[in-house]
Amino acid sequence: MTDKKRKTIKWAEEPKIGFAEAIYLPAIVEGLKTTLRHAFEPRKTKQYPEEKPDLPLNYRGLHRLNRDDEGRVKCVACYLCQTACPANCITIVAAQPPSDDPHWAGRDKFPASFEIDELRCIYCGMCEEACPVDAIELTSIYDLTGMSRDEMIFDKEKLLSVFDKTVGGDKDPIRTHHGALGPASEIDLRTAQVAPPPPGHGRPG
Amino acid sequence: MSMADLWPLLTAIAIVMMIVPTIGLYMTFVERKVAALVQDRLGPNRVGPLGLFQAIADAIKIMLKEQVTPAQAQKVLFMTAPGIGLVASLMAIAVVPFGPVPTDQPAGVFRFMIAPGVDIGLLFLLAVSSLSAYGIILGGWASNNKYSMYGAIRSCAQFISYEVPLGLSILGIVAYSGTLSIEGIVASQSAGILHWNIWWQPLAAIIFFTSALAETNRLPFDLPECEQELVGGFHTEYSGIKFVLFFLAEYTHVVTVSFLVALLFLGGWHFPGVPSPAVGLTGSAILSMLILVIKVMMVVFFILMLRWTLPRFRFDQLMGLAWKGLIPLAMANLLGVVIVLSLGGSRWIMLPVSIALFVAGGYASALSFERAGRPVPPRPSTHLIKQGVA
Repeated sequence: MTDKKRKTIKWAEEPKIGFAEAIYLPAIVEGLKTTLRHAFEPRKTKQYPEEKPDLPLNYRGLHRLNRDDEGRVKCVACYLCQTACPANCITIVAAQPPSDDPHWAGRDKFPASFEIDELRCIYCGMCEEACPVDAIELTSIYDLTGMSRDEMIFDKEKLLSVFDKTVGGDKDPIRTHHGALGPASEIDLRTAQVAPPPPGHGRPG
Repeated sequence: MSMADLWPLLTAIAIVMMIVPTIGLYMTFVERKVAALVQDRLGPNRVGPLGLFQAIADAIKIMLKEQVTPAQAQKVLFMTAPGIGLVASLMAIAVVPFGPVPTDQPAGVFRFMIAPGVDIGLLFLLAVSSLSAYGIILGGWASNNKYSMYGAIRSCAQFISYEVPLGLSILGIVAYSGTLSIEGIVASQSAGILHWNIWWQPLAAIIFFTSALAETNRLPFDLPECEQELVGGFHTEYSGIKFVLFFLAEYTHVVTVSFLVALLFLGGWHFPGVPSPAVGLTGSAILSMLILVIKVMMVVFFILMLRWTLPRFRFDQLMGLAWKGLIPLAMANLLGVVIVLSLGGSRWIMLPVSIALFVAGGYASALSFERAGRPVPPRPSTHLIKQGVA
């Protein structure tokens, strides 16, 4: 070993073992005190199926597809969520509603099919951030189970039923307040005029 | 031997053979509960009231499991090893009283013991319980797996080392009581709480308990099965009912050891205020049995608590503790007892002597640690040696 090496090596100091450590008993008594104290402390476990966790309102769980005031699906099939989704779990098929149907009055596009593969989803919440009409939201439902992979692909009806189940409850998501956050969802599509974007907005060219 | 003489024996065998595996089964449950207690959890509480049927559910599950026999294993030994371990553990129980057994016991009366009146009881117990090492060693070897083998070798070394202080530590009590039969030793402690052996042989009690813990392969001495280094140790390749037999053997061993601690050091079934038990099944006999069982349960609980209190020893520390610590102390203790008894002195001299021995042992140990911890003086450089300077 050269002198240079000897100087640069840092020798670890071993803990000093005195009389108290050598006879073990004080350490054992000390340890038993700790274990006994824990034995009589209140339990930190939650009895899960009986005792549900109190989730925050911004919890990101199962998706739902919101309905508008007339009970129609709010989604306008713009594909923004499908584009934003990093896990590629959303598949939308857009369609034009029949023009003479009063149910779809004022709507020129709606999702004929809207599928989310809940097994692929990573619950990042980017779909609801992308949505211009606040149609898709993440609820606080976390105990999602199924007997097959097919069962875990949620279609439009299933996602709408999630909305029916969760709307108005105390765990209604706070992110959108049914449209308060998304200005596009406030627009009455029946009367809205399609205006050119204001100068400075939109892509150049 | 007529049937009338045989029924107490058969009853005792039936009780032991039914109770001991049940206790072994429930030890797993109690162990999980204690673990949960110490870790601020609740532990198993789903099967039955308070989770009490968890042990039964576990037993049913593990018995229905597939039993894998490795292709390279020594089939016959692989099959017999768990049985050998369990049989050895159960045989040791034969001389352990589980209730009051007066020394002047007539035949043909129910006795809380399979084999009462065995004059070499302790010797038989030590001999047979060390046979359970065969189960572990054969199992480890027959598995044809290096981790199992390492576990078995460790277990072998540990058994050989800790047999010595285990036997030496109780020789002082044997010398005082003048008998090797366990009920005789308990009878010598019957006069009152101050006559319990732990008061005049505290050092022997500590040595016996420590060595017994090592014999049962429990933490902090569970090196034969330490998961971090050996996967599972000697039972790595075992599954299903064969694995259960190994664990039953281990827990039976724990129960035996707890009984021994209670019987040899804590006065057995004696407790101040409780009348000395009459012969046979009477109220006071059952009360005495309950006292013994409570003492044993307290020792078991202490062993379980120690598991979650102490970290595992390193192997050289384990060997050092036996050969450099416990064996010299046990020998000095035995020497002290022999000198005191042969000079006709009071046995209470052994209390300060025990404490002094313990302190001396600790002091010597601390000194050796200090010497070992001193920095090594730097070696002279090799080129100086070559030049003949150093």
